[in-house]
Amino acid sequence: MMATNEKKIIPLEFEQPLAVLAQQIEALERQLGDNPDLEGDIDRLQEQYTQLKKSLYVNLRPIDHLAIARHSQRPYSRDYFAIWDPGFIELHGDRTGADDEAMVGGLLTLGGIKMVAVGTQKGRSLREKQACNFGMPQPEGYRKALRLFRHADKFGLPILTLIDTPGAYPGLSAEEHNQAQAIAENLFELSGLTVPVVAVVTGEGGSGGALAIGVANRILMLEHSVYSVISPEGCASILWRSNDKVSDACQAMKMTAREILQLGVIDQVIDEPLGGAHHDYQLAASNLACAVVKQMTGLMKMSKEEVRRDRQNKFRNFGAFTEV
Amino acid sequence: MDLKEWFASRQKRKELQENIKQPLTTEEYCALWTQCFQCRELLYTKDLRANLQVCPKCQYHFRVGALDRIDQMADAGSFVELDAVMTSTDPLKFFDTEAYAKRQQEACRKSGLKEAVVTGIAAINGQPVALGAMDFGHFGGSMGSVVGEKVTRLAEEATSNRIPLIVVSSSGGARMQEGILSLMQMAKTSSALKTYHEAGGLYISILAEPTFGGVTASFAMLGDLVIAEPGARIGFAGRRVIEQTIRQKLPADFQTAEYLLKHGQVDMVVERSNLKDRLSRIISYHDLTRTGPAGEPANGTVKSGQLTK
Ligand SMILES: [Zn+2]
Repeated sequence: MMATNEKKIIPLEFEQPLAVLAQQIEALERQLGDNPDLEGDIDRLQEQYTQLKKSLYVNLRPIDHLAIARHSQRPYSRDYFAIWDPGFIELHGDRTGADDEAMVGGLLTLGGIKMVAVGTQKGRSLREKQACNFGMPQPEGYRKALRLFRHADKFGLPILTLIDTPGAYPGLSAEEHNQAQAIAENLFELSGLTVPVVAVVTGEGGSGGALAIGVANRILMLEHSVYSVISPEGCASILWRSNDKVSDACQAMKMTAREILQLGVIDQVIDEPLGGAHHDYQLAASNLACAVVKQMTGLMKMSKEEVRRDRQNKFRNFGAFTEV
Repeated sequence: MDLKEWFASRQKRKELQENIKQPLTTEEYCALWTQCFQCRELLYTKDLRANLQVCPKCQYHFRVGALDRIDQMADAGSFVELDAVMTSTDPLKFFDTEAYAKRQQEACRKSGLKEAVVTGIAAINGQPVALGAMDFGHFGGSMGSVVGEKVTRLAEEATSNRIPLIVVSSSGGARMQEGILSLMQMAKTSSALKTYHEAGGLYISILAEPTFGGVTASFAMLGDLVIAEPGARIGFAGRRVIEQTIRQKLPADFQTAEYLLKHGQVDMVVERSNLKDRLSRIISYHDLTRTGPAGEPANGTVKSGQLTK
């Protein structure tokens, strides 16, 4: 439980009671050498800690899921690729002038299946964060993804995409290089591919910038990930005209994995290690791999035309309206 | 002046005031006159409308409602509306400071429309086309399930009839109140356009003031040809969001139609008075009987000439 040989996990705001308890246990453990009698107390606190941890994650509010999805230690696309396949072959560049580090892609083998994998990438250190633009791709990133999708289609390789982005980058050059067109073209081209596409929202599914690599036959979400039409901050500022209504916006938009499953937009919610994927990279990666391989295996039985129609029909049916 | 006279004159003054006041309620005054946003000229609303909502003095292109837009583009009496009764439901039971259902009612009352896009089959100088026009005056032209579905069906109608598709966009983006379902409309419309494209269709996208967010990042930017109206602001992210993100001042003409033209994002900027004629001439270059997979005749119901009485 108290993983001492691993990096320390930074507690979130709603996890503070848990963190306090952990500190007490640590303090007692330090004194244990001088006072062996403390062992009983420690056991009791450990038991309390386990109970609290279990109950804490049962009824999370949408904004708590958001906090876990955005946790700075959450595994990112590169982490999954590295755990899954040490021989991952990264492919770079959009071929027209840039290699956007916010979008990673390459050749990956998972569960024996050779595929093209593409994912958004947030940075860990400040330098990395800046290089990756905090996970917000430029048009060049979407065009890099598109180039890889076309490569996969040509050679009949199934496609896996991992989505964890606040959204497409809102910047001067992004607009000048036609961010909107880059996203639109990906939606357009993805819908016509003849190879299976599985998309997983692993963290933040931020609006059109997420959907641009999310037009898939099967869409999965990690338990604590979120997916929304606009950031909750953006929603709160527009609809409530207030910065402190983010929690209300999270609630109103129905952006958690379970809610989106209920709306029928995604196919599966993948369990995370207790407290979130950042508590156990290996377990998170293996849960994710199991789900992806299972879905992919099913899709690979379809013909090219079936796989394409399957994806088009899926999106054709999204919407809620009446005609009377 | 005796008391009787005084009362009489007071009564008269009161009537006079009421008479003067009546035609001058702000609402009526505003309906009668429109001040140009750009040159500040006070324009007679009726004249402005007759001039296609373009300021005769400075050529500022005012926003046009969906029905007026169709009137301006389609041959008189040719427009046959599709999916006229389709309305949004409230899939999320969305509530911010007010219920979405209530906001929808309010939007309908203001615009006189059921939704933010009107679609149908029309003729442009005798040529049948599938025509859609968005209305910024209805819920900010935002795309929810209905806008997505109507645009998708319009593209499908154009596909099965093998006729050109024209959509005039004017939208703030995806409709937040329908959450993730609104986002999915971007993929749905784009997918329908892919099918239309492969069938050999000609899609002309017209970008009107303003076109942003999820609409720009889906069907609005997917035209075989993209035309913008003068001065229209077009982009993915809003100007304010960008300024907050990059913390620098943006060029004054940033995200205008002319700026997009300079940056290679639109084929042309066309004045409203020339739009119909330009569309008609463009269409004449594209023979849809010669495009698409060979040996697959159009299987729709609209025949060329059916709409030209
Ligand atoms: Zn003017």
